[in-house]
Amino acid sequence: MTALVEIRDIYIDGRSDETWMPIIKGVDLTLNKGEVLGLIGESGAGKSTLGLAAMGFTRDGVRISGGTVTFDGIDLLAASAAKKRELLGKRIAYVAQSAAASFNPAHKLIDQHTEGPVQHGVMSRSESVQDGIELYRRLRLPNPEEIGFRYPHQVSGGQLQRAMTAMAMSCRPDLIIFDEPTTALDVTTQIEVLASIRDIVDQFDTAAIYITHDLAVVAQMADKIKVLLKGDEVEEADTRTMLSAPKEDYTKSLWAVRAFERPQKPAVHTSATPVVSVQNVSAAYGKIPVLHDVSFDIHEGRTVAVVGESGSGKSTTARCITGLLPPSQGVIQFDGQSLPAHYKNRSKDQLRQAQMIYQMADTALNPRQRIGDIIGRPVQFYMGLTGKQKRRRVEELLEEIELPAAQYIDRLPSELSGGQKQRIGIARALAAEPKFIICDEVTSALDQLVAEGILKLLARLQDDLKLSYMFITHDLATVKAIADEVVVMKEGKVVEQGTKHDMFVPPHHPYTDLLLSSVPEMDPDWLTNLLNERGVDNIGDAAVDKMS
Amino acid sequence: MSTLTTLALLLVAIAAGGWMFRFAGQKATANAPTFRDMPFAVAFGYVFGASLLLFSVWYFFQPTVTDAGVPNAGVVFFRWAVQFFIISTIAAYVFRLVGRAVGTEGSKKIFRQMPLTASFGVLVIILYAITAIFAQWLAPFGQEEIFQRVNVLPGGNAATGGDPMHPLGTDQIGRDLLSRLIYGAQNTVGIAFVTTCLAFFLGGTLGFLAATLQGWLDQVLSRAVDVLMAIPSLIFALLLMTIASAWAGSERWLLTVYMILIIAVIDSTRVFRLARAVGLNIVVMDYIEAAKLRGEGLGYLIFKEILPNATAPLLAEFGLRFCFVFLTIASLSFLGVGIQPPLADWGTMVRDSAQFINFAAFSPLTAALPLLAAGAIALLTVGVNFVVDWMLQRSSGLKE
Amino acid sequence: MQSVIRIILQRLALGLLTLFVVSIVIFTAVNMLPGDFAEAILGQGATPEAVASIRRDLGLDQPPITRYFQWLGGALQGDLGNSFAQANFASFAGADTGVSTTVAQQIAPRFANTMFLAAVTACIAVPFSLILGILAALYRNSVFDRATNVTTLSSISSPEFFLAYVLILFLAVLNPVLPSLSNIFDGMSFGERLEKTLLPALTLTLVVTAHMMRMTRAAIINLLASPYIEMARLKGMSPMRVIVKHALPNALAPIINVIALNLAYLITGVVVVEVVFVYPGIGQLFVDSVKIRDIPVVQACCLIFAAAYILLNLLADILSILSNPRLRHPK
Repeated sequence: MTALVEIRDIYIDGRSDETWMPIIKGVDLTLNKGEVLGLIGESGAGKSTLGLAAMGFTRDGVRISGGTVTFDGIDLLAASAAKKRELLGKRIAYVAQSAAASFNPAHKLIDQHTEGPVQHGVMSRSESVQDGIELYRRLRLPNPEEIGFRYPHQVSGGQLQRAMTAMAMSCRPDLIIFDEPTTALDVTTQIEVLASIRDIVDQFDTAAIYITHDLAVVAQMADKIKVLLKGDEVEEADTRTMLSAPKEDYTKSLWAVRAFERPQKPAVHTSATPVVSVQNVSAAYGKIPVLHDVSFDIHEGRTVAVVGESGSGKSTTARCITGLLPPSQGVIQFDGQSLPAHYKNRSKDQLRQAQMIYQMADTALNPRQRIGDIIGRPVQFYMGLTGKQKRRRVEELLEEIELPAAQYIDRLPSELSGGQKQRIGIARALAAEPKFIICDEVTSALDQLVAEGILKLLARLQDDLKLSYMFITHDLATVKAIADEVVVMKEGKVVEQGTKHDMFVPPHHPYTDLLLSSVPEMDPDWLTNLLNERGVDNIGDAAVDKMS
Repeated sequence: MSTLTTLALLLVAIAAGGWMFRFAGQKATANAPTFRDMPFAVAFGYVFGASLLLFSVWYFFQPTVTDAGVPNAGVVFFRWAVQFFIISTIAAYVFRLVGRAVGTEGSKKIFRQMPLTASFGVLVIILYAITAIFAQWLAPFGQEEIFQRVNVLPGGNAATGGDPMHPLGTDQIGRDLLSRLIYGAQNTVGIAFVTTCLAFFLGGTLGFLAATLQGWLDQVLSRAVDVLMAIPSLIFALLLMTIASAWAGSERWLLTVYMILIIAVIDSTRVFRLARAVGLNIVVMDYIEAAKLRGEGLGYLIFKEILPNATAPLLAEFGLRFCFVFLTIASLSFLGVGIQPPLADWGTMVRDSAQFINFAAFSPLTAALPLLAAGAIALLTVGVNFVVDWMLQRSSGLKE
Repeated sequence: MQSVIRIILQRLALGLLTLFVVSIVIFTAVNMLPGDFAEAILGQGATPEAVASIRRDLGLDQPPITRYFQWLGGALQGDLGNSFAQANFASFAGADTGVSTTVAQQIAPRFANTMFLAAVTACIAVPFSLILGILAALYRNSVFDRATNVTTLSSISSPEFFLAYVLILFLAVLNPVLPSLSNIFDGMSFGERLEKTLLPALTLTLVVTAHMMRMTRAAIINLLASPYIEMARLKGMSPMRVIVKHALPNALAPIINVIALNLAYLITGVVVVEVVFVYPGIGQLFVDSVKIRDIPVVQACCLIFAAAYILLNLLADILSILSNPRLRHPK
């Protein structure tokens, strides 16, 4: 049997600053009919570029400088533009990361669905419309007869992603490239999309390349896995072997990240005054209410993880605590004292005690200030240190976050990596010598290995300095790793709260249950088992809808 | 009608040439991808460009004087244009070479990335700045100095009505035109520069204040700017100049001051919009939130956090605004309500010498006079725009 | 659909409000003049009695707010007041010379001429620049793109009168193809009119095309970078289909905006160009009136220019709302 796709020793360059820099450095790839290959790696590993190259396609400013790409015996790199157009859409299809951006806003879904089959002469329009409705049904989209006649902006993200999978299926291609199709989705939505993609790929025996950075996701989807690192192949093996016995150190370290977990701390005395106490807080943006009667306490030296999906009110709670959004009802207490609602009315010392670390280190650091100034400003502002004393304190702080001071103190943020920037954000918060730090999704923009480093650093700092954290996240793996107590939020309300130990052991609130069960695990049978256990109608948005 | 027929025939010929070019290319290179996937429009473009180039070369080498002894003015002007183009290309190239070799590491790096158009722009700006600053020493005579001989023709050749003392001739009341052209740089460029600075000071300050404070101040200022911007700027300037001229009465220098104020205010509305938009983009950044939560004051926020991040777009805007102000002032002067005599100024010079253009057929040099003054205006704005275009491209490229 | 109508009505109201405020600004500016209309008409040597009588005749003894509403009411009915220059002339020549004395009568024919010039310019410039802009976007970074970039940048940077004189030099003086003066009068045939209008129209075309072409190019490039265009290409659609079916429907709003903005820009450009070619349009009348301080005419011209400018921007706003699928098909 000949392979469907064969990529041999491919070199791909990207243009930056007038020179060509290598993105992929001599990778081989073989994919047989009906097989699913998972392509994983961190950002910058060249996964998407390689996936597109399998279609004979390069983005602007990218070129293939060596090697061959063969699809079913056709040399894609030597083929004429017209010949390639014949294959694309008809025999090779693509599912993009953001369906919301990849559907044309000016046309109805069904018109975009039928375009491929009609233009490639596979089906007539009416046949293709019928087929589209059938595919929508198989992908378990609600109202399959009607949903295609909507415009993209009228359909939700998870549904769009499935509609895009249907569109890719419209010509019954031999190969589909999935480029991070669930990355932008919430966990409960993701699982539904994963299940439908896996089903339909199975049903039509389509070969697929599944690109993702999430190991647990790829474990559910792929027959074999290829790991990429900075444009080089690390290793390739079938899924079970790869998960149970990775060969290379890099792969092992990726696997190990999932194992980091802090031990549960003993329960706090009920009489102890919490550092921060959120009491019956409600808040609204203009007239739209976003928080309803939220209460929880954060004790000294503890980490409270606030968990929920997008729009659940996690970040709004943080804005209430910091005083950026004065609550309409309720109070925030700090060390037993009520804080003024608006940050402008708080004293310098009150402001100093509560610091914040942000999700996007890029926007959290002023790109025009040097590291020494970024960290030095709060030192000077709160502690009144200047000149040599200030510099010495900044150097101490840099040592604290494990960056050599002499090397980094005069750099600009743009000269640092993502993880290093996040560390600077931590140092700036520490510079104020606070008791309490809000960490807003601090690891979600980082690669897993880097994120683990940040979590370990935060844990060590907590032990050394007796800090209290409020840890906002949507990622339950992070919760498992760092939290002492967990607050689950949904639609601006606290659904459940308790110690980490309690939260990860049933029974609990159905929403918490759904949230926890939706997080993919590294076990390749996890999705199958879950579907057997709960049934297709009790996962994802459908389950959420049932609850409310 | 015959002109149209000729043009149509030419187009058909070029189209045929394009098809043949692509066909020949495919055959000669054994169907290499370049020719195989070449759209017809591209092949047409190549042949069209080549024909244009050939025609230009042929036209360039036509004699400058016809058999009858009459100058072939079209060829003369074309040669001037081509020579100007070649010389400025070489000058820009040499300038860039020098820039790459001399100076600090930083400046060398800038010159290494610079396209030829931008280096031409920088060169032009430097030359204009030198001319404007040192006009007193560069000009052979004063701008108001009046000579006996009026209406001396340019060229400096006594046989054709010129005077070696006045290479560009004199005007109708006997002032040396070369000197006035050089002083024009000082007056026109200087006044435009002062006006732009004023507009920036006004619009920039208010824009950043509005972006940082928001609330009612932002509302009031933004609505006011909306209204002012609903009147086309040149029209508004003309209206206000009418009033200013009544106020100024016979004090002509006062009118120039009013003009500076009027244009600065009108243009500050555009600066306000930009500064506010840039400011708003920065204000939503997390590092501003961090500074606010730290308890920083307004001054620190604007000068230490916002302004350093706004310099690139503001600098580009300064270039564009300068061009706009410069052109507005030139237009006003051309219309007779701008910079007032006896100050030498390019817009006024164009208006005063415009009728010479009708002598082009027998005395190309004379006809060049209004074009020279107008070209002096155009050259500077072209230069500034080239630099701004490059800056904008660079900053948008950095974002990706 | 209802929300679209509501948004459009809001925009219309906002446009009218802006126009109203602009008229106040213009009126106030003019009333900041030292002395008043009466002295301006009669000159400095006038007796106080004569000044007083003219003031009464013109209603200048009324408070400013009353005068403003009288002026605005008149303007709405097409009565823009009396021109000073014409009034002067009439009073010197005797009682009734049959010369038109109202501003409206003076402006009307010239306004028609200017509209004609703008229309001719738009007919040449809009298709030309759209095609150039789309081509430059498709073949971006090619020799063609770079050449057009440099050319249009130069053309934008040049003052209108420079372009006008270069065109006169080549198309009227050296090769007498077109007339360099646009003396248009009543009773001309359309062909003659067109011929005389062509050179000013070409000048304006040069300026406007450059702007429009660059903006179209930017809009299209922006669009071509969007993921749904990549998706269309990955579905194997032909380049033509990608442009026509996927890019153009989304490009409508930016392109409409570009056209309207540039037609609005024409209003400013028209003033200088009309002066160069002695084209009897409203721009030239405006400049002449500015020079002799014929206030009612200046005021009226200003209002007309501002109204045209606001209306064009309003039109662009409304058309781009209508072309937005998100607004046409709300959730």
